[in-house]
Amino acid sequence: MSTRLRLAALAVALPLAFGSSAVFAATPKDTIVMGWQLDGVLTFDPAESYEIATQEFGTNIYDRLTRYEAEDPSKLVGGVAESWTISPDAKTFTFKLRPNQKFASGSPVTADDMAWSLQRVVILDKAPAFLFTQLGWNKDNVKTLVQATDPSTLTFKITEDLAPSLVLNLMSTYAASVVEKKVAMANEVNGDLGNSWLKSHSAASGPYTLVSWKPDESVTLEANPLYHMGAPHMKRIVIRHIPEPSTQRLLLEKGDIDIARDLTPDQLKPMEGNKDIKIESFPAANTYYLGMNMSEEHMKNPKVREAMKYLVDYQGLVNTVLKGRFIVQEAFLPVGFLGAIAYNPYKLDVAKAKALLAEAGYPNGFELEFTAPNTSPWTDISQSVQQTMAQGGIKLKLVQVELKQELAIFRGRKHQLVLNSWAPDYFDPHSNADTFAHNDDDGDTPKIKPLAWRTHWYIPEMTKITLAAAKEVDTEKRKAMYADLQKKVTDDGPFVIMFQNANQVAMRADVKGFKTGLFEDFNFYRTITK
Amino acid sequence: MPAVRVATVAEDGWVGRLARPIRRLGRLLFSVALTFLGLTCVTFFIGRVIPIDPVLAIVGDKASIATYNKVKIEIGLDQPIPVQYWRYLVKIVHGDFGNSIITSEPVLHDLMHVFPATLELSVLALIIGVVFGIPLGVLAATHRGRWQDQVIRFVSLLGYSMPVFWLGLVGLLAFYAELGWVAGPGRIDVSYDDIVHPVTGLLTLDSLIEGEDEVFWNALSHLILPASILGYLSLAYVARMTRSFMLAQLKQEYVLATLAKGLSPFRVVWVHALGNVWVQLVTVIALTFGNLLEGAVLTETVFAWPGLGLYMKNSLFNADLNAVLGGTMLVGVVYIGLNMLSDLVYPLVDPRAREQR
Repeated sequence: MSTRLRLAALAVALPLAFGSSAVFAATPKDTIVMGWQLDGVLTFDPAESYEIATQEFGTNIYDRLTRYEAEDPSKLVGGVAESWTISPDAKTFTFKLRPNQKFASGSPVTADDMAWSLQRVVILDKAPAFLFTQLGWNKDNVKTLVQATDPSTLTFKITEDLAPSLVLNLMSTYAASVVEKKVAMANEVNGDLGNSWLKSHSAASGPYTLVSWKPDESVTLEANPLYHMGAPHMKRIVIRHIPEPSTQRLLLEKGDIDIARDLTPDQLKPMEGNKDIKIESFPAANTYYLGMNMSEEHMKNPKVREAMKYLVDYQGLVNTVLKGRFIVQEAFLPVGFLGAIAYNPYKLDVAKAKALLAEAGYPNGFELEFTAPNTSPWTDISQSVQQTMAQGGIKLKLVQVELKQELAIFRGRKHQLVLNSWAPDYFDPHSNADTFAHNDDDGDTPKIKPLAWRTHWYIPEMTKITLAAAKEVDTEKRKAMYADLQKKVTDDGPFVIMFQNANQVAMRADVKGFKTGLFEDFNFYRTITK
Repeated sequence: MPAVRVATVAEDGWVGRLARPIRRLGRLLFSVALTFLGLTCVTFFIGRVIPIDPVLAIVGDKASIATYNKVKIEIGLDQPIPVQYWRYLVKIVHGDFGNSIITSEPVLHDLMHVFPATLELSVLALIIGVVFGIPLGVLAATHRGRWQDQVIRFVSLLGYSMPVFWLGLVGLLAFYAELGWVAGPGRIDVSYDDIVHPVTGLLTLDSLIEGEDEVFWNALSHLILPASILGYLSLAYVARMTRSFMLAQLKQEYVLATLAKGLSPFRVVWVHALGNVWVQLVTVIALTFGNLLEGAVLTETVFAWPGLGLYMKNSLFNADLNAVLGGTMLVGVVYIGLNMLSDLVYPLVDPRAREQR
């Protein structure tokens, strides 16, 4: 009896013991704590990083040759460079560096650092290297083509014909960050140009420095007082890896985090009345589409492709399950990009689709395997698509898989129909055109695997236009070329282009100045206050 | 003569006495090696056939084919699978478990970092499970069929059948969000982070070693809820097992005899009967502990607990095979270690086992 009583007493007392030390931990006044799924974080090295989260961190840690700043994210301005000139043949670019820039270590930022940083992206040949190799740079020539002509002047030459606006946009990517050569080289191992050290350290001149990265746990950034625009408001930014969105919500409501990045609509909705929390939605630049496979007999027929485009409930989805997270955009350029057009010719029209299928010789429809990722919002989209396609007679066998698994299937062209999304690599229309409208080698061993290749859409003529648009110096002409390309892809291509996404961010009401941009490159921490 | 005889006996005895443990050790090492071989083999081949491409995890979707192929060769995936496996085995024998794709650190380094977090969680959970589970089991056995038994059966059935994921969220909602009794997900508040230097890696222990009281209380406050929830699950198992072991004991004649001799029922149950089930309980506890280690994946996800479970889940989704294999081996080592440990403990709790040796 007494044992039982004692046990009971213990059971009650144990939690109470913590009641006293409990825990209304509002985050420190000078610190922003963010909850985010960080399982994709692999490296912080600008010459290697290609994941969404590290691109965002990189935006706030490193300064770049050119960049889009928080104050006006639609205008390209100087970052490390203050001004630039371009030779009449658009082959030689000369950048004058901003005076008195310093790295967080206190050393001045020199043109030599900048040149070396660009060279090492090409020499290391990691994921982002393709950004610069399209300029004609390679391991052998990059050291002669990219040079510091004096401590404050960087000059580089390109060997390919490219529009200057495209070149300058490439110089605004994370890969074009300035890395402090001396620090990186002091940590070099086996000729890796500091790569393994820079995976988890920074040698940078941006508003924040990387204090620590604990995989599966957190990333901590600290304000850099030497940043050329002045120290940011928040002294520390801590990004905690919170894998489970429901947990993020609890932490946010409790005030243990200031910003939650991964909340789903069913978690956001109940918080709408909570005056301590605000939910904001910002347009982003991911294009969601269905990708066909033109090696598959049915989809070789343009009428079938057209019919399928009439069998998606674009507006219905956006008004219901995807509310706040997507807008309809049936052209391959996201709204906000140079050359983007409002071109949405398709809506759900079952009768029209049936007629088209009958014309194509499939009055009773046919069956296809439909591969889609197994998490929301993908599942919301794929289930709706399955249902509306069935109305037109196209029976989709839905196979839901892990996103990475789907990618392997799609890249291997082993799909019949996939649901996927495309995120542009830089703020220039070429990034999307080069994937949706580029395939002049449909063999099994191409140099790159653009989406047109993955769908077996062999378009040598259109590829020429795509490449010409990338070179067009006259911006108005260039825009017109992209408008034309977009219409062609939407009308005839093996893509059912559906949506452009938006990021929904939930924040404590006292957090101000944080918004996410079209890209991770536009997500600034230095403007945050609370 | 006698002197010679003594010498022979001594030699016989010396060789004999040494031969047996050596043979036993040999057998043990052999079975351990075999277990590991099987473990690496199964994990390795499963890892190689899952349809996630590890190269893509490193270079990203948009890298050129040249970059893709370069990395593929770098990590040895261009070789036939048996060759890859052989190379992996050779490396392990040299103590090299390879580098993780995600962290770029040696897998061994990563495991040393994440394992203490899981260990801290599991140890406390086990303590909770044992301290509450055994008395509840005994109680259920002594009150078989009465309301106490029914209540305990219900409580443990609940622990058996409720998804730990859901239980974790409900626990957070109640004790963290509503009542505010415990701290939220994570191991420590942001403001206490990095104050204590890891010695053992167990935050509660390290903070005590360094005399950081506030850090200790904060860490404990973070620890207590996930540990209680995991502890509840093992409690359910321990209580059920204790009950059935005890029922078997209480049927024995010695129980009746001791009662007839006038011993108090309390003493008969808690000392004599319980004393006889310890051997079985040691096995149950060891198994429970093993389950806790590998079963922590979901709990660690809900509680954002940077331990082995989260590490392995993440590694699997990124096709980070070295990390997955390393983690699996670690769990294997722990299981084997626990087995050996329970072998060692048997003689302590059971005189018969002592005599057999």
